[in-house]
Amino acid sequence: MTKTFRMNEAQPRLLDETGQGIVGAPLDRPEGPKKVSGRAHYAADGLPEGAAQGVLVRATIARGRITGIDEDSVSGLEGVIGVFHGPEFLRNPAQGMAGEAPVQPGGEVHYHGQPIALVVAESFEAARDAAQRLVVTYEAEAGVVTDPARSEELEQDDPETAGDFEAAFAAAEVTLDRSYTTPAQAAAAMEPHAALAEWEGDELTLRGALQMLRFNKEELADSLGIPAEKVRILAPYVGGGFGSKLGIGPEAVAAALASRTLGRPVRVVMTRQTVFDAVLRRTETSQRLRLGADRDGRLRALSHDDRVSNIQGEGFAEPVSQASQFLYGAEGLSFAQTLARVSRTPAGSVRAPGEAVGMLALEQAMDELAEMLEMCPVALRLKNLPEKNPMTGQPFSATRLGDCLREGAERFGWDARKPMGSRREGEWYVGMGMASAARSNMLVKSAARVRLSGEGAVVETDMTDIGTGTYAILGQIAAEMLGLPVEKVEVRLGDTSFPGASGSGGSFGANSAGSATFLAAKAIRETLAGRMGCGLSELTLQEGIARGGNREVPLAELIEEELVEEASVEAGDTSESHFSSGFGAHFAEVAVHAYTGEVRVRRMLGVMAMGRILNEKTARSQALGGMIWGLGAALTEEMAHDPRTGHVVSRDLANYHVPAHADVPGDMTVVFLEERDDMANPIQTKGIGELGISGAGAAILNAVRNACGARVYDMPATPDRVIAAMEAAGF
Amino acid sequence: MRDFEYSRAETLSGAAGQIGEGASVVAGGTNLLDLMKIQVMSPARLVDISRIGELQGISDDGEGLRIGALATNSELAADGRIRSGWPLLSRAILAGASAQIRNKATTGGNLLQRTRCPYFYDTAMACNKRSPGEGCAAQEGVGRMLAIFGTSEHCLAAHPSDMAVALTALRAEVEIRSKEGETRRLPVTELYRLPGDRPDLETVLAPGEIITAVRLPAPMAETRQVYSKVRDRASYAFALVSVAAVVQMDGDRIGSASLAFGGVAPRPWTDPEVDQALVGAAPGDEAFGNAADVLVAQAQCHPDTEFKKPLLRRTLIAALREATGLAETATGASTARIPA
Amino acid sequence: MPIAQAHATFKQESHMRTRFTVNGEAREVEHDTRTTLLDALRDQLGLTGTKKGCDHGQCGACTVLLNGKRVNSCLCLAAMHEGDEVTTIEGLGSPEALNALQKAFVAKDGYQCGFCTPGQIVSATAMLEELRAGDPSFASASLEGEMPLDDAEIAERMSGNLCRCSAYPLIREAIAMAAEVKS
Repeated sequence: MTKTFRMNEAQPRLLDETGQGIVGAPLDRPEGPKKVSGRAHYAADGLPEGAAQGVLVRATIARGRITGIDEDSVSGLEGVIGVFHGPEFLRNPAQGMAGEAPVQPGGEVHYHGQPIALVVAESFEAARDAAQRLVVTYEAEAGVVTDPARSEELEQDDPETAGDFEAAFAAAEVTLDRSYTTPAQAAAAMEPHAALAEWEGDELTLRGALQMLRFNKEELADSLGIPAEKVRILAPYVGGGFGSKLGIGPEAVAAALASRTLGRPVRVVMTRQTVFDAVLRRTETSQRLRLGADRDGRLRALSHDDRVSNIQGEGFAEPVSQASQFLYGAEGLSFAQTLARVSRTPAGSVRAPGEAVGMLALEQAMDELAEMLEMCPVALRLKNLPEKNPMTGQPFSATRLGDCLREGAERFGWDARKPMGSRREGEWYVGMGMASAARSNMLVKSAARVRLSGEGAVVETDMTDIGTGTYAILGQIAAEMLGLPVEKVEVRLGDTSFPGASGSGGSFGANSAGSATFLAAKAIRETLAGRMGCGLSELTLQEGIARGGNREVPLAELIEEELVEEASVEAGDTSESHFSSGFGAHFAEVAVHAYTGEVRVRRMLGVMAMGRILNEKTARSQALGGMIWGLGAALTEEMAHDPRTGHVVSRDLANYHVPAHADVPGDMTVVFLEERDDMANPIQTKGIGELGISGAGAAILNAVRNACGARVYDMPATPDRVIAAMEAAGF
Repeated sequence: MRDFEYSRAETLSGAAGQIGEGASVVAGGTNLLDLMKIQVMSPARLVDISRIGELQGISDDGEGLRIGALATNSELAADGRIRSGWPLLSRAILAGASAQIRNKATTGGNLLQRTRCPYFYDTAMACNKRSPGEGCAAQEGVGRMLAIFGTSEHCLAAHPSDMAVALTALRAEVEIRSKEGETRRLPVTELYRLPGDRPDLETVLAPGEIITAVRLPAPMAETRQVYSKVRDRASYAFALVSVAAVVQMDGDRIGSASLAFGGVAPRPWTDPEVDQALVGAAPGDEAFGNAADVLVAQAQCHPDTEFKKPLLRRTLIAALREATGLAETATGASTARIPA
Repeated sequence: MPIAQAHATFKQESHMRTRFTVNGEAREVEHDTRTTLLDALRDQLGLTGTKKGCDHGQCGACTVLLNGKRVNSCLCLAAMHEGDEVTTIEGLGSPEALNALQKAFVAKDGYQCGFCTPGQIVSATAMLEELRAGDPSFASASLEGEMPLDDAEIAERMSGNLCRCSAYPLIREAIAMAAEVKS
C-alpha cells in the first residue's frame, strides 16, 4: 500500500546519519556505458516489424481554416499508405503538468507551421516526400496579428505589489529606468520529438520523447478520448528536454491515431524544422526595470514590468519577474505583466521559465545601478540581502546568497577587476562581470517503489532521466538507505506501469522522485528494524550488513521474500510557511574584439547553494550546462520570426545558434556550498538544473560592459550589437 | 526528397554522357542532399562523379597548383604546399563548416553551393532563385545573412562560401569542361553571375559543363595573407562578413593589396577601388578606414543588414591590421582561440 | 513493445542494393535511391547508436567514420558508398568492453542526455588522428609544425558536434584524458 507523506514540518537529516557516504559522492552514471556505446535506446531507435513511418505536414498560413486536404495529390506516390488528420490532432504540445489534452483545433489553423496532417508510408523517404507534396487548401483569415509588438489583444492583471513603489521611487536618491528585450528562444534538445505507437486491442503502448509521463499518459488518453488505463508510455532514455518535452505532442497523438487505423506500429519523428515550427518556444520579452536606491546602495524601490506573448488559448505566460520579486526586496515593489496574444508558434516553458530571461535584465540593471553609485557590484548585492521574502513575508527556508557572493568574489579574483575599458590585451578588451542567481524551489507529488531482496534492490518509478542524472541519484539514495553498494541497486525509469512521479521539469525532479525513493526505502528500513528487534534510530545498514539491538546479521538473511514498499510524497505546510529557493553567484571574464565586437568568454565561475547535493558529479554537470545556456542567451541565441506570417525563420540548427564547443571556455568552475534545506523536502535538497542558467548570462553581459563599455539592451550581444553599443559608449 | 535515378560515372567522358536535362552531378553532396531533402532541389537523376580519378588530387604544374574538383576541403586545407604558399586558402576553408563537412565537401561543390537565405530554404516562401518570377520574400522579411552588394530587387541572397572568397583574393581560376570535352578557364570571380532579374542563374556554366579543377597562380613573394570571419557564434556558422586580404609591403608602405569579401554579396565581392586606395598607404587605422569607407559607400542594405556596413568596415580594418603587422595575432587563431 | 532489430518490411520497384563494410563486417542493404547512410544504418542494420539530430549536417549527432574519416552520415547517400568502410559507435566498444575514449566520457561525465554522445565520441576518435597527423585547424596559431593538443584546438575541432545539455567542458576533458592515456 502506498504511504503518502505530506511535507508539513522539517524532517530528521537521515541521509547524514546512514553513514555510507554514497549520497553526494561523485559517482559515474550507471547508464553511462550504454550511452557511450550507442546502446541506450531513445524513442526513435528501432522499427518493430511491420512498422510504418509518418511525417507531419505543416500549415502554411498564419491563421484560417483548412478547406481541403487532397489525398489524391500523394496517393499515387510509391509507398504512401495514407493521410491522417482529424479532430484529435493537437495544435501544439501540452503545457507542463496539464494532465489533459491541449487545444485540438479541428480544421482550424492558428499559426504558420502548425501540424495539420500526418502522411504515413512504408518508408521515411516516401512519407517525407509525400508530406512535402501534399496539397492543402485554406481559407486564410485577413488581418491576422503575427507580431507581438503590434498585438492589441492584451491581457493584464493588476500589478503585484508590496509597499508603495511610486512613492519610494520618487523618494530615492538615485534612480534608474531601463528597458531590455530578449528574443524568442528554442529549447532545441538534440533528440527531435519522436513517438512510436503500437496497439494491442484497445491498449496503446507509446515510446515517446517525453519528460513527465504521469501527466503525459493522461494527456494522451484525453487527446484520443480513451481511458488513461489503456495507455502505457515508455521513455527510458530521453535526448534532452529543457521544457520542450513536458507535455504530450502532436507527433504522439498522430502516431497513435495512424497506428490504430492501420493496425500496425507507426513511428513519427519530427524533422528538425518541425521541432522549431511546432514545439513550444520561449516567448520574446520586453522588460522595464526601475530601481531606486539610497546613495549608500540600499534599494528603496524596485519595479520589473514585462511584456510577453502567447497564442490564443494557452494559459502560460513566462513569469519574467519571478526572481525579482524575492531576490533583494525594497520598501516599494511592483511587478506588472502584459500578455500579448499573437498567431505564432505557441510559447511555453523552456529551461528556467522566468529567471532565464528576467534575470538577464534584473542583473544588468543592478550592475548599472552599482556603476551609478560607484559601488562594487558584489557589495551592492550584499547590501540588499533580504531577511525574508519581501513580497510574501515568508522566511527563507535556507539561503546562502551572501556566502555565494563572497566566496565567488574571492575564488574568482574579483578584486583584480579593472575600471571599464582599461584592460586591453592586443586587439581584445578584457573585463569581468558578475550576477546573483536565484531559482525558486518546489516539491511535486511523486511516488516510487523500492524492492529489496537478497540479490539487491530495485527502484521503480515512471520518473524520467533526461540527462539530469536520475538513474544515478535514485540508485544512490536507495543504496545509502538500504546499506547496499550502489551496484546492487537497479533503477527502472520511464514506464507508466511504475508508480507515478513528478517527472522532469521545474528542477523539482530530484527533490520529488528522490524523496519518494527515500521514503519507500525508509519504510523498508522500518521493517528491517522490526526484524532486528530494534528501533529505527538504532538500525545501521552498511555494506550488506544490518546492525542493531546488539546483533549483526547479513542483510540477505533478514529477507525471506522480497520486501516491497511504495511511497508517495507531496508538498505540505512547509511550502506555505517558508519560501524555498536555490541561490548562487555567477562570475565571468570575457574578451571583446576591439574592432569586430566578437565576444569570447574566457572563464566562468558559479558558486551555488542548492541544498543537499545527491551526486556531486551529475549536479556539477547540470550546473555547468545551465551556465552555458546563460552564455547562449547572452551571446548567440535568437529565434527570428517573419513579420508577415509570424513563422519561425531560423528553423534549423544552422540558423538558430546554440553555443558550439568553441563558444565555451574550458575554464568553467562550479562550487557547491554545503547546505541542507530542511523545509524543502525530506531529503533536504533543492533543484539544480535551472539555477545555473539564472543570472549566468547577465554576468557575461556585465563583463562585456566592463571590458569595452558596451551595454547591450537588446539581446543577444552579437557582434553588430556590441559594436553599436561600444560606439554609443564612446569606445 | 523526390525519387530520382542514380548512376555512377567512372570517367569524365562517361559523366558527360549521363548529364542531361533534369540531371545533377553529385560528389560530396553536403549541400545538394541538404536541399533535396526539403525539395528546394529535385533533380530527376543524380550522376555520381565522386569516383572519377581525373578529378582528384592536387598537383604542382609549374605555374602554381592545380586542385582537382574532387579534392575535399580537408585535403586542401591540410596540404603542405597550400599551407605554406597560400595560407589564406587553408585559413578560409578551416573557417567554414565543420570537420565532418569539410571531409566530404569538394572544391567544385564548395564553389557551386547555394545561398543559405532562409527564404530560399523554405518552399512555403516566395523565392525567385528557386522559382523564377515567384517574388522575393526576403525583401520584406527578416535576414541578418542577406547581401549588401550586387543584389537586385529580385534577390538579396548572399553566397556563403569562405573558400571562394580566399580563391578570389588569390586570383585563382576555375577550369571548366564542356559536355563535348573542351576546356576553358575563368577567374573565380567570373564564374558567378549577379542575380539581376534571373537569380536562378548563378553561374556562367553552360548546360553540361562541369568544374574540373581550380588553378592557383604561383604565390606572390612576401605577401601577408589574412582571413577574418565574423559570425554569430565562434565556430560552425556562416559569415556575417568576412575579409580575405593578400597584402604586399613596399618598405613601410603598402605595395599592393588584393581583397575579397564574404557574406556580403551573391558572389565573393571585390572592389578594385578599395585595393587601389591602399596602394602606397602607410599602415594605420586611418588609411584602412578610408579604404573601408570606399567599400561600404557602395552598400545597399535591407533594414536587417544595415549593421553590415560598420561591421564590414571594422572587420576590414582588423584584417589589414593583422596583414600589416599592427596586430600580432594569427588570423583564425585570434578569434577561434579564446584569448587568455 | 520489443525494440527488435529493424526490418525492411517492404519491397520497392526502384530499390537498389549496396554492399559495404560496417564495423569490420560485410553488410548488404536493400534500399531506395534516396536512403541515407544514416537511415540505412539505423533502420536496416539496427545500428541505432548513430543518431539523427537534424538530418542536415547541422549537429553532428550522426557522425560516423567513412574510410577512417569523420563525416555526417545524414549527408551520405547509401548508394554512393559501395565498397566503403564504415565505423559506427557500436564498432568502438560495447558496454562490457569500452574503449579509452568511452571510458573517459563516463569518468568525466562528458554527457548528460547521451543523445549527441555517440557522435561526439566517433568525431573525437577521428579528431585525435587528425591532430596526430598535424592537420591544422582554425584555432591553430601556426599552420606549420606540430599541432598542440590544447583545449582551444579540441574545442574548435569538435565544434561540428553540438551538445544542448552543454557538457562541452567535460567532453573536452574526457577527450584530453583519453588522448593522454593513449600517448
